[in-house]
Amino acid sequence: MARMKFICDAERCIECNGCVTACKAEHDVPWGVNRRRVVTLNDGVPGEKSISVACMHCSDAPCMAVCPVDCFYRTDEGVVLHDKDACIGCGYCSYACPFGAPQFPTNGTFGMRGKMDKCTFCAGGPEANGSQAENEKYGRNRLAEGKLPACAEMCSTKALLGGDGDVVADIFRSRVLVRGKGSEVWGWGTAYGKPTSGNAQPAQPAPAGTGTKS
Amino acid sequence: MMLRFQGTVVATVCAMALVGCGEKAQTAGNTRKSDTPAWQSADNGFAAKGWKSGDEVAWQKQLQQRAQSQNEYVRIGAQKPGP
Repeated sequence: MARMKFICDAERCIECNGCVTACKAEHDVPWGVNRRRVVTLNDGVPGEKSISVACMHCSDAPCMAVCPVDCFYRTDEGVVLHDKDACIGCGYCSYACPFGAPQFPTNGTFGMRGKMDKCTFCAGGPEANGSQAENEKYGRNRLAEGKLPACAEMCSTKALLGGDGDVVADIFRSRVLVRGKGSEVWGWGTAYGKPTSGNAQPAQPAPAGTGTKS
Repeated sequence: MMLRFQGTVVATVCAMALVGCGEKAQTAGNTRKSDTPAWQSADNGFAAKGWKSGDEVAWQKQLQQRAQSQNEYVRIGAQKPGP
């Protein structure tokens, strides 16, 4: 069984925001809600890196763990979805998510927080596949049309890869082998230091003043 | 007098236990709706060609092929590099 995942290749992302636009257009995402966004590290400094971030459809999703009304569920393909009929808009999932994936529309009286909205991996919600109700609440269900997420399929440099985790990891691995670099900016070694180096030191943060932009 | 007091206590405890047993759960429980599997096609006219709705294996194959469209080494017909 496939386990759907995203990978963003920081060596390829050119911060064009095509993925963000594709997502907003495909699902008619309202103003103020960004299911996907591009984050640039060391913006303006030579060697800046950008990655496209959205819900990572975690295998052990913290949003699911903290939701007081248990509105989240995981499909057979590993896609984390939620039921907007059950969501009470409390925002716990937003605090729990390390990627800032849960979004809340701020329209209504006094900017009242509405029901949570997030990336669905273009898999819709609990309503019937492709139904109007599903489309209005969650956007289009491309997986049920035999397609992959619009953001990944629209990516001009193919920096953002989406699909079965084994397949996209294999594609990424092939690239790294061909260009002879890239693995150092991705994975365990970057996050926690090289396991073989004994006194592994965590990655150092960027120098002050270089800043981040999202 | 003492007997009446004991009887009152026992009756009160029994009544409280009965109320406790009859209390409705205040937890939300599992509110998730059952979702239709993705391999049950949307049937909205936008489905990609090459697979049949309801056929899980065909759907998985379709997505595998679709994912390879993100791989340049497949798109240009080159042999896959590396081990």
